[in-house]
Amino acid sequence: MSESLAITKFSDLANPTRFLGLAARIIPWLGCLTAVLFGVGLYLSFTTQGDYQQGSTVRIMYVHVPAAWLSMMCYSVMALSAIGTLVWRHPLADVSHKAAAPLGAAFTLIALATGALWGKPMWGTWWVWDARLTSVFILFLMYLGLIALNRALDDPSRGARLSAVLILVGFVNIPIIKFSVEWWNTLHQPASVMRLDGPTIDNEFLIPLLVMAFAFTFLFFTLHLMAMRNEIWRRRVTAQRRMAARMAGREL
Amino acid sequence: MTALLLRDLKLSVRAGGGALIGVLFFMTVVAVIPFGVGPDLNLLSRIGPAIVWIGALLSALLGLDRLFQTEREDGSLDLILMQEHPLVLTVLVKCLAHWVANCLPLVIAAPLLGLFMNMSEVAIGAVTLTLLVGTPALTFIGAVGAAVAVALPRGGLLVSILVLPLAIPVLIFGVSASYAAVQDPAPFMPPFLILIAITMFFAVLGPLGAALALRNAGD
Amino acid sequence: MSHGFYIALSYGSAAVIVALLIGWVWLDGRARRRELAELEAAGIHRRSADARKGGSA
Repeated sequence: MSESLAITKFSDLANPTRFLGLAARIIPWLGCLTAVLFGVGLYLSFTTQGDYQQGSTVRIMYVHVPAAWLSMMCYSVMALSAIGTLVWRHPLADVSHKAAAPLGAAFTLIALATGALWGKPMWGTWWVWDARLTSVFILFLMYLGLIALNRALDDPSRGARLSAVLILVGFVNIPIIKFSVEWWNTLHQPASVMRLDGPTIDNEFLIPLLVMAFAFTFLFFTLHLMAMRNEIWRRRVTAQRRMAARMAGREL
Repeated sequence: MTALLLRDLKLSVRAGGGALIGVLFFMTVVAVIPFGVGPDLNLLSRIGPAIVWIGALLSALLGLDRLFQTEREDGSLDLILMQEHPLVLTVLVKCLAHWVANCLPLVIAAPLLGLFMNMSEVAIGAVTLTLLVGTPALTFIGAVGAAVAVALPRGGLLVSILVLPLAIPVLIFGVSASYAAVQDPAPFMPPFLILIAITMFFAVLGPLGAALALRNAGD
Repeated sequence: MSHGFYIALSYGSAAVIVALLIGWVWLDGRARRRELAELEAAGIHRRSADARKGGSA
């Protein structure tokens, strides 16, 4: 019984008007939660001690790691939505993965920028072709390609299904890309590069890191809901404009 | 199926020499590189395999947007969608025809360009072999991009942007296998076998994704 | 250069990107809401059947 109830709830959400009502109720709460978490997280990350090895630059980790985590989670959310689009033809899934692409690109950009700023004092260069940095960079390129595709397709529902296919193909490829980049890296990289994942993380760093990770995650969900709402509104505006034009044409 | 293969081959040979243009582009790209890095033969022979591979990758992407575009223009795409054969198989055959018409000439031209790059005989052989094994993967993964972009009026550049990140594994293993054949400590077989595995994986994934995209692009 | 500079720069760049993101989503939402209100004012209402069409049209 509970399963069928969950399914009805889920398909209830397919009604965009109901989704808009729910979003309007949830978004302020999520926004407040995000702000509080960011407040606590930022306070913690600036009051804890620096690492003996990396000095105070370890604080960059509190922005860098959550952004990198989100850049991957966002793609997973998009892949789930893509399955929703192709398998269940869920109308909100279309909206969801289209709205998530720019967010994912932005978080990936944060991860890249803070990674470069962390690398400069630690490794002495802005960029190393390290396996992890490189795969995040490829992910960034994939996000940008998807955004470009979304912008180039004008029919929203057909476009959503096409980009869903591409998201899924990309999602299947991500492990292969990751594996091959690691292979390539061990082949070319001199072994002297300092690894960041040295000793296991101390509790002192773990707590601010977790708080910041939650803050970023909630920020993503807030923005995602808002972007989905915008996308629904945008489709309504175009649909109504088209209808108005049709009516005007009939009067003539 | 063989009829489709033959038809596609005939069309691509006849239609303005698309294959010839691909090879020409390949040669031009490789010929331009020495002007950028200088005529130092030692340097050229060291980076030669990588240059030939990158040139082949770019030229393989060049003709990809035509893979389904002509069918769409003359309406035979709808016939292909409606026929009883599984669409995946049709796409696979079309990919094979495209590979024979567009990528096989690149593989044949590769040894010549290897000579220009002052590569050793072993390196030339390795590059040709890896290209022979690796370029089908480029066609298969490119078919997804071509199928997605079939609905677009100007899809050509977008196909390359979408496909290039996905083609990186092929490039990595193709180039590292070619280097492994020349440089002593690295064994040749592991990257070569992984390259074969990637090609076979894309031979499944590419037509599946392309068929899914074509069905959804139709209505 | 001191480490503080890099920390400030990385937090700053992250803050700028997040602010741009929030600003874009916010302004986009306001523009869409205004367009809907304009259409409403022009007397173009949604048919009730449009409720489903909003997502799938």
